[in-house]
This record gives sequence, C-alpha cells and structure tokens, in this order.
Amino acid sequence: MSYLEYQVQTVPTGIRKVLHVNWALLVLLTAVSSFGFLMLTSVAGGDVSRWAEPQMKRFVLGVIAMLAIGLVPLYFWRSISGIAYLVGLVLLIMVELFGEVRGGAQRWLDLKFILLQPSELMKITLVMALAAYYDWLSMARVSRPIWVIIPVIMILLPTAMVLKQPDLGTAILLVAGGGIVMFCAGVSWWYFIAVTAMVAGAVAAVFYSRGQDWQLLKGYQYDRIDTFLDPSRDPLGTGYNITQAKIALGSGGWTGKGFMQGTQSRLNFLPEKHTDFIFTTLAEEFGFVGAFSLLVIYGLILFFCILSAANNKDRFGSLLTLGVAATLFLFFAVNMSMVMGLIPVVGVPLPLVSYGGSAMLVLLAAFGLVQSAHIHRPRSR
Amino acid sequence: MRRTPKESDEASGLVTRRSVVLGGIQLAFVGILGMRMRQMQVIEADSYRLLAEENRINVHLIPPSRGIIYDRYGVVIAENAQNYRVVIQREQAGDVEAVIAKLRRLVELEDRDVEKALENRNSFVPITLADQLAWEDIAEVALNAPALPGITPEVGLSRHYPLGADFAHIVGYVGPVSQRDLDKQEDPDPLLKIPEFQIGRIGIETKLEGGLRGRAGTKQVEVNAAGRVMRELSRVEFTPGDDLQLTIDHGLQNYAQTRLADESAGSVVIDVETGDLLAMASAPSFDPNLFVKGISSKNYNGLRDDIYKPLFNKTVQGQYPPGSTFKMMTGLAALRGGVIGEKETVFCRGFMPFGGRRFHCWKRGGHGSMDFNNAITQSCDVYFYEVANRLGVDKLAELCHEFGLGQRHDVPVSAVRPGIVPSTKWKAQVRGERWNPGETLNTAIGQGDVLASPLQLAVMTARLASGKAVVPRLVKSVNGAEVPLEAARALDVPAHLMELARKAMHNVSNGSRGTARRARIVAEGFEMAGKTGTSQVRNITTAERARGVTRNEQLPWNRRDHGLFVAFAPYDKPKYAIATIVEHGGGGSTAAAPPSRDILLYALYGDVPPLEAYPKEQRERIKVQHEEMQLRPRLQPEPKATRA
Repeated sequence: MSYLEYQVQTVPTGIRKVLHVNWALLVLLTAVSSFGFLMLTSVAGGDVSRWAEPQMKRFVLGVIAMLAIGLVPLYFWRSISGIAYLVGLVLLIMVELFGEVRGGAQRWLDLKFILLQPSELMKITLVMALAAYYDWLSMARVSRPIWVIIPVIMILLPTAMVLKQPDLGTAILLVAGGGIVMFCAGVSWWYFIAVTAMVAGAVAAVFYSRGQDWQLLKGYQYDRIDTFLDPSRDPLGTGYNITQAKIALGSGGWTGKGFMQGTQSRLNFLPEKHTDFIFTTLAEEFGFVGAFSLLVIYGLILFFCILSAANNKDRFGSLLTLGVAATLFLFFAVNMSMVMGLIPVVGVPLPLVSYGGSAMLVLLAAFGLVQSAHIHRPRSR
Repeated sequence: MRRTPKESDEASGLVTRRSVVLGGIQLAFVGILGMRMRQMQVIEADSYRLLAEENRINVHLIPPSRGIIYDRYGVVIAENAQNYRVVIQREQAGDVEAVIAKLRRLVELEDRDVEKALENRNSFVPITLADQLAWEDIAEVALNAPALPGITPEVGLSRHYPLGADFAHIVGYVGPVSQRDLDKQEDPDPLLKIPEFQIGRIGIETKLEGGLRGRAGTKQVEVNAAGRVMRELSRVEFTPGDDLQLTIDHGLQNYAQTRLADESAGSVVIDVETGDLLAMASAPSFDPNLFVKGISSKNYNGLRDDIYKPLFNKTVQGQYPPGSTFKMMTGLAALRGGVIGEKETVFCRGFMPFGGRRFHCWKRGGHGSMDFNNAITQSCDVYFYEVANRLGVDKLAELCHEFGLGQRHDVPVSAVRPGIVPSTKWKAQVRGERWNPGETLNTAIGQGDVLASPLQLAVMTARLASGKAVVPRLVKSVNGAEVPLEAARALDVPAHLMELARKAMHNVSNGSRGTARRARIVAEGFEMAGKTGTSQVRNITTAERARGVTRNEQLPWNRRDHGLFVAFAPYDKPKYAIATIVEHGGGGSTAAAPPSRDILLYALYGDVPPLEAYPKEQRERIKVQHEEMQLRPRLQPEPKATRA
C-alpha cells in the first residue's frame, strides 16, 4: 500500500526533495499565469492594481501552497483522501443551506476570511478520492458492476448538488473528470460506451422535455443552447456575448491588434472579459500567435503530467496526476470551445488566466498533489 | 490492500496504456481547438475585422452653418446667432430629479422637455432641457455648475433676424424639421434628422433652401458597446451655405413698413432699369424670430385672426382689381391697335349705354370731350369703355402680357401669384363660358376679372417708365458673385405712344386737374409721374343707399374700396417705380398716393427725404409725420468675414 513496498532508498527524503520537484511543470504553470497577469492588466485598461495584482498575490500564495503540498509525503494525501471528499461534500451541503447567492447562483460560502467556492474544491477532492479508491481496489474487481457503482455514486453525489446551485459547467467538469479517472484506472470500455449511449439518450430527453411540465433544464439554459445553435437569432440578447467574442477572436488575425489595442475588449463589446471571456481578449490583442502559444503551453502541461504519471509505479500517484491533468484539460478545452462558438456558453473559466481566487488556489494546490506524486514516486532500482 | 509486485506491474502497465489513450484524445482535442483558431483568426480574419470595425465606428454629421442674408449694402438681415441652451446627461447627473429641481430654481423649464429628458433610453446622450435662453440665465447655470452634475450649458447656432418684422414677408423664417417634412421626401438629406436642425419654412429661407443650407461635414467617431463616443477618428468639415445679398435696401424697407404700419397695405419699389426690387413692404408684419423659437398658439392665433392679415404677403400673394391704374394699358392698347388717334376725343356724358344698360363714369356729370391725355389725367371711364369696345378684349390682353400682367414673376418668395388678365380664351378655358362684350368695358377700367399684385403693377410701371421688359430681381449676389443682369428687350409698343402715356401720368401727378396732384414732388429733377386707382370691393347696395349711405367712408372697413397708386420718378430720367395698395383705404389719391410719394422720395434721396421735396403747404404736416414715425436709423454694413 505504501511506497515501502519498493526500494525505499530511491525515494528522496528531507531537503533533497526539492531537487526532485517537477520544475518543468512549475515553469509552464508560471507561463500560463503570466498570460493571465498580462491580459488582466489589458482588460483593466492598463491598471495593474485592479485585477492583475490580486491575481499575482494569489499566484504566489498558490505556488507556495503547491510546493508545501508537494513536499508532504504522498501517503499522507492518500490517507486523507476519504476525509477530504467528505469535507467537500459537507461544504457543498453548507452552500446549499447558508450559501451566498450571486448572479442567480448559490455557489459561494462566506468563511469570514475567504469567500470559498466549494464546487472548485470538490473537483480536486473527487479526483483524490477516486484515485485512492482505485489504489485500494484489487485489479480483478475494477470492472465488476458493484465496484463500478460505488465510484459512480461518489461522482454523482456532488454533481447533483452542484447542478442544484445551478452550475452546469462545474457539473460537467465533475462528471468528465471523474469519468477520466475511472477510465485510467482500467474500467472496462463497455461501461463508457454504455454511458455515452445513455448521455445521448439523456440529451434527447432534455430536448424532448422542453416545454413539458417535467422540463429538465432551466429556461436560461435552453436559451443558451438555442443561441448556440443559431447565435444570429438574438444578436442583441443572449447571442450577443458569443457573437462579440467570435468577432474579437477572429479580428485578431495572425498577430493581433497589439497589447491594450483590442477594440472589442477596450470598448466593452466583450462580456465578462476579465473572467470567462478573457481568452477572446488575448486572441484579439495577440492574434493567432498568442492564442496558439497558450494552447501549446497547456498541451505541454498535459504532456508533462502524462509523462510523470506513466513513469509512476504508484497507482494513487499516477491516477491523481492524470485526474488533475484531466481537470485542467477540461477547464481550458470547455472554455476555449465556448468562446470559439464550438459548444454552448457554460460558465467555465480559463484555468490560471481568468480572474478568480478559489479556482487559482485550488488548481495550484492540485498541482501540489501532482508534485507530491512526482517527488515521491517510487524509483525502480 | 497488499499487492504482489506482479499485480502492481500489471496495474501500472494498464494505467500507462490508458494514459496514452487519454493523452491521444486530449491531443486530438487540442488539435481541434488549434484548427478552429486558425480557421477564425487566419482564414476568416478579414470578415471578423470588418465586423469589429462596424462595431466601433460611427459616422456623425456636422451640421453646416446656414448662409447669411444681406441687404443690397451688406447689412445683415438673417444671421446665425449663438443659441444658449442647457443639456443634461443623465448618466452623470446621479439623482436626476434632484438636479432638475435645482435647475428649475435658476431657469424656467417646460414639463414637456423634462419628460423627454427623463424618458430617453440612453442615459449618456445629452438631451436639451431648455433652449433659447438669455445670456444671464446661462451664466447663472454656469456659475452653479458644481451643484448641478450632468448639466452643461451649451452654445449652438440658431437663426436670428436682427431687423425683425421688416423682412418677415421677404426672407421668411426657419423652423425645426418636422416628421411631415421627412415623410414628404423620398430620400431626405440625413442632415434633417439632426435634432434641432432648422430648415426654411417660408420666404427666401425655403425657396432658396438648397443653397442656404450648405453641406454637412462628417466625423468618424469610435463608440463603445453602449454607444458612447470615445474619441474622434477623422473629420471632414462642412461646407457653409451660400451667403445671399438681396436687392432690397434695408433702410427703404424699414421706411416703407413704418409708413404703411397703420394700414393693411402693400408696396413694391423697383429699379426701372435693372428690375432690382428695393423694397417689398407688406403691412402689418410680424416678428419672424417668434417662429424660430416656436410660436405660442396664443400669439399665432392672434396673427391668424387679425383682420389686417399680418401673415399674408400683400405684395405678391395679394391680387387686387387694379382699377384705374390699369387705364394706361387700355389706352396704349387702343392707340397701338389704331382704333383711336392720339388726339382723337371721346365725348363723356357721365355714362355709356351698352347692351341695354348704362356703364357709368365715376364723375356722374361727365367729363365732356376727352382725348388720351385728359382721359388718363382725369381718369375718365367712358373714354376707356369706348376705346376698349372698339379694340376688343383679346388685343388688350396681348398688351397686358407685354407689361408682365397675368404672369407669375420669378421671385424667390412664397406664394407668388399670377393675377388674371381676362380674354375670350381665358374665359373659355377657366370658366368654360363665352365672352360677354359688356365685360370688355369692365376690364377696360381695371375692374371685373382683372387681378394684379402690387409686384405686377410695379413691374408694369417700371416697363412703362423704361420702355423695356425689365424683369424683377430679388437676389443681387450669391457668395459674392453677382447674379448676371440680362439686358431687357424693348417693349413692342411704339416709343412715342409710351412717351404719351408717361406725359399723361406726369399730368396726373402735377397737372392742375390731376387726381394725384396733392401728392406731388416739387424737388427739381425728382418730379413724379403716377396714376391713382380705386378698386371697388363691393357696390353700395340699394338698401344702404336708402339708409343714406352714399360715401365710402360710411361703410364698414372691410367693405370700403381699395386704394391703389402706381408711379415712377424722376419723370425726366426714370429711376424707380412704385406700386402701392392700401386695402379698404378708400380712394387711391388719398390713401395710396401720399405714402407712395414718401417711399419713392426716400428711394430717390437714399434716406428720409428733406421737406423741400414736398409742396410748401404740406411741409408742416410732413415734418410731424416724420417725427412720429419710429424709424430705425440706417445701419452700416458689417465688414464681411472672409471665407476660408
């Protein structure tokens, strides 16, 4: 169960751990965040203090947390996985009971010193719990129905609560993130094929239920779907955001309009330009070159995570690494698809770039777990 | 749970395989995102760039400044005055109600304007709260600016007529564009949609609107998503409207308006050589500035219901039977037609029997033997009945057309009317009836169907005086470029006959038996030649005669005769001609001849005429009259601003 099964002497201890930190990952995360600082300065019209500075402070805090978490032995994190998951659940319930309502959604928990968004935390604790679960489960049982239902329940419990807030984006992320961990753990392909078929059926049901008295989604969510299918239907209403986002993106061209020269951004045609739509400002001001660079850096982060996981004999460590990487992937893939008009607008921020405290801290903390898995990986011989 | 190393390796291998699959899927998705970026940012970039430009750039119009109108000496008649107004930007005002309440203590606000300001959807668009404010008010607002957030005192341009009522009928006035104006035009000038843009409503302002308006400039501005202007990108300056110089002399115009002020009258002074109109007075008049600001219904109803019809331009819109002023036409036509000799006489016994009834002369007792000269001088009706009857109405009509009667003179003021010169053809066309020979007799003395405006009578007199077909001209120059004068052709009337007519008119004014002798000019070289006219509005009825009403003055005002007078001066070397009508003024010799003389004298002297020009016995009275007239001193032309 622990790395004690392997050659203990090859696992670094004490101050030598620092030498084994995954520096490439740290550099790449810093690069992504720097894109964020730059764009937050731009959308504030050159005012660093408005968004960029608090974001930098959180980044520093997050990196310290990441290194601290990374230096803690992995077995500690494995041992608290179950508790962390339960704490996450309790916090979600508390949000339901005492949460702050903002913009039509009940997502925040006022802990006096910080405004916490438990759904952010849940994305990571779910991955931890699932990784621990599969670490514990014997290989023979992985695809047995009874042992498949347990993680499915573990995923659906928080998902249901998040959906109730309502927060469609996070719900999708939880299901997809959990599903990816299950997939990596080796659950039979057939389950995924069956689930895909069921999802297709559910989507059909969602559309069919529209206007019926058992309507499954809220009106605004249907509107978003409609607008996605045909944004020109309501160019000044719901479709406005996505239309303007696409104009900003497309008008950036090869090299963009230059730092703080984005007309769509500066003249307020873009919605929520410091949060969910920050990528459009980047694409407008730095063009294809800038936008594609960011995509490549994200890709490299995924690459280094998968590389680390593949080389990690510890099942918990590799599943955790893959789960965190998957979460990052889902974040940026959904966000970019959204602003480029590939999928409906769901409120998902661009990881480490969008302005937001909880998301950044939680994500950097999660990469702390990845670092811990990397540092404490068992070395053969 | 403990695992064997073999089991662990197996598990680890599975994770590695699955992670490679996962990585592949993720890479594929990243690839899709990259392709999409390339699609939008490289391949379709141009169309998105265009959309972004359309988003951010708005084109605004810059209203041109309207052309200035000057009199013949360069004195300003219509200008663009600074218009002080107060605008509000709700966005900056904060508590709008409170700010407006504070402003109300300083400036009078109309509820209508306030409502408009509060209803406006875009809170950053400035809305006018009060317009046409006095400088004191605007200064007060500016002083209290710190206490009035969102309120800005502004200066715009608005039309102003410094000479007020004098030019109301000639220049007219401007007013704001109405929805009806926009509906009327197929593709209205976008300028018209600018709030508070003014267009000509009547007079020269509307007739020459095209030139006066100028062309709009444009500025490209960058706007944000809310539509607020962020900065100006480029600018094309406007082309100002054409400046017009009129042929009118502002001093003469003022004198004529003032001289006729107590009457319902019209008078036109024309240069007999060039056709320049020196004055076109229509009394009473009104202040056009009232209309620019938007006249109150009380004031408007007052003007509309006034029996002296101040809104009616008597000089061109008024058509009157010319009465005896028409007799030169009848006489000349007969002489030209050869139906009567120059010295040949007709015997007047007070009436002429025709078609079973009597056509009376104004002098019941009759004039005795009358030749052309005497018939004009004493205005004998019977002479003209006789010669017209010999000639026939169609030949008379021909001559009238030669003198510009029955045709619409092309003068750029509103409601110019053509008058009527009756003929057999005219009657067949207009009334569908045959000509009745008795009507020729009525026509001969300027009654019946003949109608003429003072402008037409002035042109007729000018043509009599010069012998040339002068054409009236009201615009002297446009933007400093003189409107070319066409050389007037000679009239198709033998010169010696014209001279005969002029001599007869000289007799009217100066001869011992002349009807206008009292209103003569005694100044050497300035002597006047004229002709009086009285046109019946209505016959005195038998019932009235029975009540003892035999004289005009005993009738109610609106049924009294119109008094007319036409004249030119100096007799020897004609320079100016005048035609005056005094509605319901009674006889032409008493109502129309004296003011005509005064106005003509002003034109000759270029200022208030000296008493020496008047007959001795009248000088005392004229002196008082001049003292009582509230004339505006003649103005000096402003140095013209050179145009860029």
